[in-house]
Amino acid sequence: MYVRRLELTDIRSYAGVAVDFEAGPSVLIGHNGVGKTNLVEALGYVATLASHRVSSDAPLVRSGASSGVIRCAIVHDGRELLAELEIVPGKANRARLGRSPLRRSRDVIGALRLVLFAPEDLSLVRGDPEQRRRYLDDLLVARQPRFAGVRADYERVLKQRNALLRSAYLARKVAGRKGDLSTLEVWDQHLAEHGATLLQARLALVDSVAPHLEDAYQKVSAGQGKAVVEYKATAMPENILQALADVRDEEIARGTTLAGPHRDDLVLRLGDLPVKGYASHGESWSFALAMRLASYTLLRSEAIEPVLVLDDVFAELDTGRRERLADLVKDASQVLITCAVEADVPISLRGARYLVSPGEVALVQ
Amino acid sequence: MYEGAIQDLIDELSRLPGIGPKSAQRLAFHVLAADTTDIKRLSAALTRVKEEVRFCVLCFNVAEEEKCRICRDPRRRDDALCVVEEPKDVVAIERTGEFRGRYHVLGGAINPLEGVGPDQLRIRELMSRLSSGETSELILATDPNTEGEATATYLALMVKPMGITVTRLASGLPVGGDLEYADEITLGRAFEGRRKL
Ligand SMILES: Nc1ncnc2c1ncn2[C@@H]1O[C@H](COP(=O)(O)OP(=O)(O)O)[C@@H](O)[C@H]1O
Ligand SMILES: [Mg+2]
Ligand SMILES: [Zn+2]
Repeated sequence: MYVRRLELTDIRSYAGVAVDFEAGPSVLIGHNGVGKTNLVEALGYVATLASHRVSSDAPLVRSGASSGVIRCAIVHDGRELLAELEIVPGKANRARLGRSPLRRSRDVIGALRLVLFAPEDLSLVRGDPEQRRRYLDDLLVARQPRFAGVRADYERVLKQRNALLRSAYLARKVAGRKGDLSTLEVWDQHLAEHGATLLQARLALVDSVAPHLEDAYQKVSAGQGKAVVEYKATAMPENILQALADVRDEEIARGTTLAGPHRDDLVLRLGDLPVKGYASHGESWSFALAMRLASYTLLRSEAIEPVLVLDDVFAELDTGRRERLADLVKDASQVLITCAVEADVPISLRGARYLVSPGEVALVQ
Repeated sequence: MYEGAIQDLIDELSRLPGIGPKSAQRLAFHVLAADTTDIKRLSAALTRVKEEVRFCVLCFNVAEEEKCRICRDPRRRDDALCVVEEPKDVVAIERTGEFRGRYHVLGGAINPLEGVGPDQLRIRELMSRLSSGETSELILATDPNTEGEATATYLALMVKPMGITVTRLASGLPVGGDLEYADEITLGRAFEGRRKL
């Protein structure tokens, strides 16, 4: 799969820009702050309906504009598909695939499969469990787009259940009354049902991705250590109802849901040591990179080869790791690389070159 | 900002659901430009809807008399009762022609985020209707979204001990959707293929 064309209207720093890409490696070159990441962030948004940098949509729309449009032409198996997303902060996005408007923007997911590695990914190993859950869920959705629906259903039920617990908590705390928890059993059932589906899929995914991670880390670090990943669940799929029952009193006292896949984590280890708190800066970087490469090789080995994006990655790596990374990805169906200094990118990845300047992107002939 | 009456109208219109300030302004100026007799008719319809339309004392559908047209109809079956969220869902199901029983309109779905629990819905009234023993099948036709599913589960838990068969519309309805927007064929098929809970 590759992106043949990307058009942005009122997205981030771009009033209007159109870039034509080719399959294989492309390098986007420009000083810091000219808008390189803005381009690949937009592609990431089409793939996941979220930015890898910010959690709300407002910053994605060019300041001063009320909405922005991302349009991209995606080529897969010789057929081209046009995906279009209009982002209107505070409102539902509007999406189109080909000529047809979609009933829900969520249905655009799956049109573009993409794996993006960016400096922010250091938080995969150093940040909160939320980052690692998102890593898994994004990969899950890229692998089987129907899980976008499962994830949304789970989150909606969780929100409703939390609202119920909070209202009971407030009734007790503020008014000294017993809150109405008569529907809690219902929300428990639905949370456990959607939670089990999501959790089963995550567990299967971790099993599939683990060997790819080990392999990618071996290659990136030239054989220095074994990368291990394990899923840490608050409750196994068949035990979610029981786990909820076990923490019920505390949930009511705190007004929030304390068991279920939204509280789970991924444990990352190098050999026997946890990465968080033990690994060096270089090892942490290699680990985060290996996690994304593992996503990439897993997707590639199973079905549709995704587009790979390496945002500002090479400057952080020493020469050895640069070359090894280049070897791993040089035959990708498409890899988009951003950098400030072209010399940082190994020769084997210097395909088409684009100069990025504020608001503009130009192909270098 | 405009002066006086026209601004008042814009303000009132923009309080309606789905109407933003821009559409309110467009509608207000349309009213201003339109024929006086047309606007008198619109205004009379608005008044009448509040004065004459009531809620059926039995099923809480909209009605012009104490009981709605469906509750008054002697040809309809009394042993099947279909639970929906809103009066517009009754209309959608009637269009399919698949159902000849009676309805019960809850007035919404369980939704803690909006402060709606069982006490805010017509659930107590439903239970007292069911206690008469006439109903042998209860069909849960709440919306196929998170809140509608939760409401259906809640009702099923309450009603099953009463020995009444509880069914749910078959999947095939667009998930995350509104019953109202399902086309007749899809909704009719969902009705036909309803499954036991
Ligand atoms: N919503 C926005 N409207 C206008 N400019 C923006 C917006 N968001 C970010 N920018 C600008 O984009 C630039 C950063 O672009 P970025 O793609 O992150 O740079 P880099 O080339 O270093 O990756 C900054 O100059 C920032 O001011
Ligand atoms: Mg950048
Ligand atoms: Zn009635």
